[in-house]
Amino acid sequence: MSQFVYLYRMADEARQQSMGTPERAQQSMQKWMAWMRELDAQGHLKDRGQPLERIGKVVRGQQKTVTDGPFTEAKDLIGGYTLVEARDIDQAVELSRGCPILEGGGSVEVRPVMKMDL
Amino acid sequence: MQLSEHLFRRESGRLVAALTRIFGVHNLALAEDVVQDAFCRALEVWKVQGIPDNPAGWLMAVAKHRALDIVRRDRTARTFASEFSRVLESEWTLVPAVEEAFAASTIRDEQLRMMFSCCHPRLAEDAQVALVLNILCGFGAGEIADAFLTGRAAIEKRISRGKKVLAGSKRLFDLADAEFAPRLSAVLRAIYLLFNEGYHGSSEAAVRLEVCHEAIRLAGLLLESPRTAVPETRALAALMSLHAAHIPTRLDAAGHLSPLVEQDRSRWDAGLVEQGLALLEESAAGPVVTAYHVEAAIAAVHVTARSVEETDWNAIVGLYDRLMTIAPTPVVALNRAIAIGQRDGPERGLEMLRAIPDSHRLRRYPFYPAAMGELERRRGDLDAARSYFAAAAGIARNTAERQYLQDRMRECESR
Repeated sequence: MSQFVYLYRMADEARQQSMGTPERAQQSMQKWMAWMRELDAQGHLKDRGQPLERIGKVVRGQQKTVTDGPFTEAKDLIGGYTLVEARDIDQAVELSRGCPILEGGGSVEVRPVMKMDL
Repeated sequence: MQLSEHLFRRESGRLVAALTRIFGVHNLALAEDVVQDAFCRALEVWKVQGIPDNPAGWLMAVAKHRALDIVRRDRTARTFASEFSRVLESEWTLVPAVEEAFAASTIRDEQLRMMFSCCHPRLAEDAQVALVLNILCGFGAGEIADAFLTGRAAIEKRISRGKKVLAGSKRLFDLADAEFAPRLSAVLRAIYLLFNEGYHGSSEAAVRLEVCHEAIRLAGLLLESPRTAVPETRALAALMSLHAAHIPTRLDAAGHLSPLVEQDRSRWDAGLVEQGLALLEESAAGPVVTAYHVEAAIAAVHVTARSVEETDWNAIVGLYDRLMTIAPTPVVALNRAIAIGQRDGPERGLEMLRAIPDSHRLRRYPFYPAAMGELERRRGDLDAARSYFAAAAGIARNTAERQYLQDRMRECESR
């Protein structure tokens, strides 16, 4: 088994669209609970992870210039991450297809955790 | 930790009420933004970390922090609630003021003021109802459109126009205002319409049931406050509880409409019956008998009878006579005629139906010809009955009604 990080990305507008009304919030939460429960039940959930604030600072270059977030031009901000275990990247990708963020217009970035096999 | 079924819907109305107290009703849109943002933040945390023990408290804490941030950031640029202008200026008084706005009793009172504000005389009744559902009950435009079988765009327009009227007022309605009595009538009327939409409406059953429950909940809020817990409010609450008691049997297992006389009475909700009867008794305290009182009394006669045969039709006819003096509508006259038909036989019932003075106002109402058909059937004239049911089916307002009336029509053929 290998480990993968899911990075949840979503633009501000899609975020409000998919969660900002009582009806949507309720649906979204129910879907996430079901998805997380499923991952956990199948033994893929290694660490539920943490949500991230949508603001912050970037320190850049030798000048160590500090700028305020948002961090990319695309505004597709990372809203949190989860650590999962899967056979290989194909399985990790397959599991991520159930993530409700996709229905809300966001994306999941699936990144293998680097392994050193010595 | 499980997510309770209507958490966000409930909290939405409560939080908007509390935030409006701080920001002022002219900043209603800001209050709604803060609630929206609180939902997004809460979800992002809960999605990965799971639902906390007290999700409602969590949402409130997020909204409270956000309110403090906004007041601190914008207090020079923006005017907030006028009664708080001095209080919000200083850190010493700001925090307690915000705490106070989120106290349970304040939230309850602010919800009442919001309800009264939504029933502004400048708004049409359907707009008042849509606004109450949106702001106090957290229903989205799409859900309201579903419940009312109206286009979403029309509902959105109604809501945004309503919010403009709200935001244009200086402050939320004050329950000590001289306009209190007429405004309370408008509020009760809006709740009554809301309930009827859920009870008789033609949309999908699940939405309608929720609308009925919301109407009962709002009446419950009115009953929690001494100023609004008047006999008329109790009568309305009684009426709704007694009707809601037979919601589970209004549609049979196959989704077919089942009229009161054919329902399985053992499946009526005994808790709601008891609650309704208690409320009805308490509602008798005042000097005035309103239409809600009489309608509740009629419902009480029905729910306390063990069968159609044991129903006290004489009492029901008497109550309809009374109702005709308070609210003489063609539908009331129709129901009175049906009750007379039960008491004195079909001939007499038909006579009364034909004698309804402005029966042309019932020409789009399928249960007028259906009542004629039912009495003709009982009288033995199946051909006449059949054509009345056919006419009724022709103006049915939804599938369940049409199905029911067509079944009735066919029953008259097979014999």
